[in-house]
Amino acid sequence: MSRIVKTVTREGSFYAAVAFFVVLAAFPFYWMLITAFKTNADLYNVDNIPFWFNAAPTLEHFRYLFEQTPFLRWCLNSLIIGVCVVAITLATAIPAGYSLARLAGREAEVLGIGIFLTYLVPPTLLFLPLSRIITVIGLQNSMWSLVVVYPTFTIPFCTWLLMGFFRTVPREVEEAAIVDGCSLLGSFIKMVLPLSVPAILTVVIFTFTLTLQEFVYALTFISSSAQKPITLGVATDLIRGDIYYWGELMAGALIASVPVAVAYNLFLDRFIAGITGGAVK
Amino acid sequence: MVAITDRLHERRSRFEFVLDKPRVLGSLFLTPAILYILVLVGVPFLLAIYYSLSAYTIYNPSYHFVGLSNFEEVVQSSIFRRTLVNTFVFTIASQALGLILGKFGALLLLRPFPGRKIVRALIVLPWAVPIALATVAWEWMFDSLYSVINWTLEAVGLMNPGNAPNWLGEPTLAMICVIIVNAWRFFPFAIVIFLAGITAVPQDVLDAATVDGAGFWRRNYQIIVPMILPIVVVGLIFGTVFTFTDLSIVYLLTQGGPVNATQVLGNLGFQIGILSGDVAHGAAVSLFMLPVLFIMVILMLRFIRRREI
Repeated sequence: MSRIVKTVTREGSFYAAVAFFVVLAAFPFYWMLITAFKTNADLYNVDNIPFWFNAAPTLEHFRYLFEQTPFLRWCLNSLIIGVCVVAITLATAIPAGYSLARLAGREAEVLGIGIFLTYLVPPTLLFLPLSRIITVIGLQNSMWSLVVVYPTFTIPFCTWLLMGFFRTVPREVEEAAIVDGCSLLGSFIKMVLPLSVPAILTVVIFTFTLTLQEFVYALTFISSSAQKPITLGVATDLIRGDIYYWGELMAGALIASVPVAVAYNLFLDRFIAGITGGAVK
Repeated sequence: MVAITDRLHERRSRFEFVLDKPRVLGSLFLTPAILYILVLVGVPFLLAIYYSLSAYTIYNPSYHFVGLSNFEEVVQSSIFRRTLVNTFVFTIASQALGLILGKFGALLLLRPFPGRKIVRALIVLPWAVPIALATVAWEWMFDSLYSVINWTLEAVGLMNPGNAPNWLGEPTLAMICVIIVNAWRFFPFAIVIFLAGITAVPQDVLDAATVDGAGFWRRNYQIIVPMILPIVVVGLIFGTVFTFTDLSIVYLLTQGGPVNATQVLGNLGFQIGILSGDVAHGAAVSLFMLPVLFIMVILMLRFIRRREI
C-alpha cells in the first residue's frame, strides 16, 4: 500500500513539474491567442475571468489588422527581405563552408573559427556605424538596408553549419567523380551539392527565421511604416501614442510567431549541433 | 577556323586547369563570404572605434579627433554608471535563473513519458518566437490596469485589490520584470543545451563507471558534469553575449525607465547615438561592451576545442 502511495506521489510530482514548465513557457502564447479572439468589451472588463471567453469569440481584431493597418505590407516586406537574404547567404556560405571543410591545415581552422566568432559581434556594437554606411549608400529608411545588413550574421552562422555538414561527406565522392573525368568544380556541383540538399534546406529555414527574429537593425534603420518588416511593424506600429490596441497587437504577434515556432521545432537538433560547435572536434 | 576553336579549347582548359587546383578554388570559394564580413563587420567595427574618439554627430559629421574625452564624459555621467551596473545585474541574474530552470527542465525531459515531444515543442516556444513579439505579450501581461498576473494574485487571495503592483512602473519591480522575461526567453535554450550534452555522454562510459562502483552522485559529478561542461559553457557564452548586448526587451518593456532604473548599455547607446544623434558618445557607450565580449571570445576559443562530446 505504502509503495503505491509512494509511486503515485512520485509520478504526481513529476507531472506537476512538467506542467509547471509547460505553463511557464507557453502561457504568454496562450494569452496572445485568447486576447486576439476576444471582444474589446470582454478584454477590458476586470470583473470577467480573463482565462476564457466571457463573450463569443470575434475576428474583429484580425479584420482591423488586415484592413486598417499595413499588416499585409509588413508580411510582404518580411518575405522579400527573407528571400533576398537567403539567396545572398546561400551564394556565399555554401562555397565558403565547402572550402573550409576541404582545405586542410591550420589556416583553414583559424579562418573557420574566425568566421564563426563574428556571429558573436552584437548589433548594438555595429548599429551606429552601419546606419551611417546605410545613409551613405542611400538606403536609409528602406527595407533594402536590411537585405544588405542581415547577411552579416547569417553568413557566419550558416558557413559554420555547412562546414560541419560538408566534413561528413566522404572525400571519395569527389575523388570518384574526378577519376571519371570531372573537374574539381564539376565534382562539387554534380556530386556534393545533390547530397547536401537536407543541409541546405536547414540553412534556408534558419536564415529565414533569423531574419524574422531580428529587431535591433530594423528598429535602427527603418522609421516609415510601409518599409517595416513584420516583427518591427507589429511591435512598434500598432501602438498609437499611449493607446494600445491589444487585440490587434496580439493577433499580429500570433500570426508572425506561428511559422517561426513550427520551423524551429522541426530543425531544432541541427541548430543545436551548429551552435555548440558540432563541426569542430 | 579549326585553329580558332583549337585555341578556344586550349584557353578553356587552361582556365579549368587553374580552377582544378584545390588551393585556388578554395580561395575563390572563400572570398565572397570573407569580403562580406570584412566590409560589413570589420569596417563598421573600426568605424565605431573611430567615432568614439571623434566629435561626430549626425548634425555635424566631423571626424575631428578628440582622444578619449568622450569616454571620460561618459564615465562621469551617473546615468551611465547606473546603466553599467544594471547591465551586469540584468545579465547575471537572468542567465543564472535561466540555467537553473534549464537544468531542472532537462532532468524532467530526460525521462520518456507520453507526450514528451509535444511538451518539448511547447517549452521551446519562448526561444523560437521572435523576442520582440513575445515581449509585447509580456507587456500586456504586466499591464497596469488589466494585468492577468495581478488578477490571478487577487483571485487566489495573495493580494488585496487596490494595492496591485505597477510592474513596469516601479524601479525594482521593473528590473525584476525585464530579468524574468529574459530568463524566460533563455531557459528553453538552456534545456536543449543540457539535453544535447547529457544524451551525448556515451552509455558504455557510464556502465563502466557503475561496474567500478560509482554511485548516482559520483556518476553525475565526476563523469557527466565534466563531460558536458564545454557544451554548457558554449551555450552560456551565447546567452551572455546576447543578453549583455540586448536592447529589444528593455526597449519594448520599459524604454530603460522608470528613470533609468532598467537602462542597459544597448538601449543607452541607441538613445544617445541614434535617437539623439550624438554618434560619438553613443559609440563610446556601446564600446564599453567590448571587454566583456573579449572575455567571452577567449572563453569560447578555449572551450570549443575542449569539447569531447
